[in-house]
Amino acid sequence: MDFKALIAIIMTSALVNNYVLQQFLGICPFLGVSKKLDQATGMSIAVIFVMLLATAVTWPIQEFILNRFELQYLQTIVFILVIAALVQLVEIILKKNMPSLHASLGIYLPLITTNCAVLGLCINNIDLGYGFLPAMVNAFGSGLGFLIAMVLFSGVRGRIEQNDAPEAFKGIPITLVAASIVSVSFFGFSGIVENLFG
Amino acid sequence: MSNKLSVLTKGIVKENPVLVLLLGTCPTLAVTTQASNAIGMGVAATAVLLCSNIVISALRKIIPDKVRIPCYIVLIASFVTIVQMIVSAFAPDLNDSLGIFLPLIVVNCIILGRAEAFASKNGVIDSALDAIGMGVGFTLTLFAMASIREIIGNGTWYGFSIPVLADNHVSILTMAPGGFLIFGVLIAIINHASKGKGVTRDEFGCDGCPSASSCGRSTCAKEGVIE
Repeated sequence: MDFKALIAIIMTSALVNNYVLQQFLGICPFLGVSKKLDQATGMSIAVIFVMLLATAVTWPIQEFILNRFELQYLQTIVFILVIAALVQLVEIILKKNMPSLHASLGIYLPLITTNCAVLGLCINNIDLGYGFLPAMVNAFGSGLGFLIAMVLFSGVRGRIEQNDAPEAFKGIPITLVAASIVSVSFFGFSGIVENLFG
Repeated sequence: MSNKLSVLTKGIVKENPVLVLLLGTCPTLAVTTQASNAIGMGVAATAVLLCSNIVISALRKIIPDKVRIPCYIVLIASFVTIVQMIVSAFAPDLNDSLGIFLPLIVVNCIILGRAEAFASKNGVIDSALDAIGMGVGFTLTLFAMASIREIIGNGTWYGFSIPVLADNHVSILTMAPGGFLIFGVLIAIINHASKGKGVTRDEFGCDGCPSASSCGRSTCAKEGVIE
């Protein structure tokens, strides 16, 4: 797996197949925490961290335990439990040893324990048949895509708040319509990977 | 008796899990490109919800309060695995088109949300009725949304081609932006029809989120989303 292929994986997962805007994974935090820019960034960095951590743990489990003993049917149960336990553990360690980091990132960790983007990524990595390094790169790219979507969308929401929407559209509906338009803008990236690396 | 009936029917309209409680957004947006996928997803999620609600309700006095969330997750994940096996054995096409969203029923907010909000506090029969109501509400909403997206976006409905629309379809509705748009418009219609009384939450919050009870100190609590 050469360097060029890894860059292509990052571009694909961050822009073309953006988890939030193209694949509908992790919609809850995307709509729930995107109101303020600092919260959106904090949440996204926590997501990148958990995605890398979850991939680093679930990939070896799949490869060396589930595949080896033909227990693939346990994938769903094992992955969700491992991810949940791991994130709780990291949160406890952060709280004890790095209180300042915990104050800025720790509050988001329990929120993403059972986020569908994280579990979805781990299952996707296995389904796509990635090796360990490509899987980690894919995790970073997907997290990066989440960060891009969150930061862009928090800017959009800042503008929506100041505008006067029709009564029935106030709150969630107008936010969803805005998300739809942001999602259209990501169509601009389709074909970028083929053109750059093809 | 009317009490039991209201438990059953509240999930369909008054507390519709998708349009009023705003739970399970990810599968709602993702699988509603075709009416047949929506029915498949709805039935699969309803089966998991029914089994998990019954078992969690039956075990509610045995499961210690402190570790209830991990217990629920293990139970739900087991039922999801069973459903996954059944679907891949008897409906391989559906398995392919639902793809990753079939295992992701585990983290579907509706299922953990109902376990936490209803099954852990009520008897087995009520919990089963609640699960059926919520499941039917979920399935009907998915079906309605998928029908709109498929008819306008693709010009077909359940495999039938629709005369004029088939040649003039608006294909963006079957793509990602169409999901957000139709969902937003449907919620706005509910808002308008109920004069703002229907959708009580003006924010996507945590009360259905699986981690809600473990993060009382998180941003949600700060922003007053959860009481």
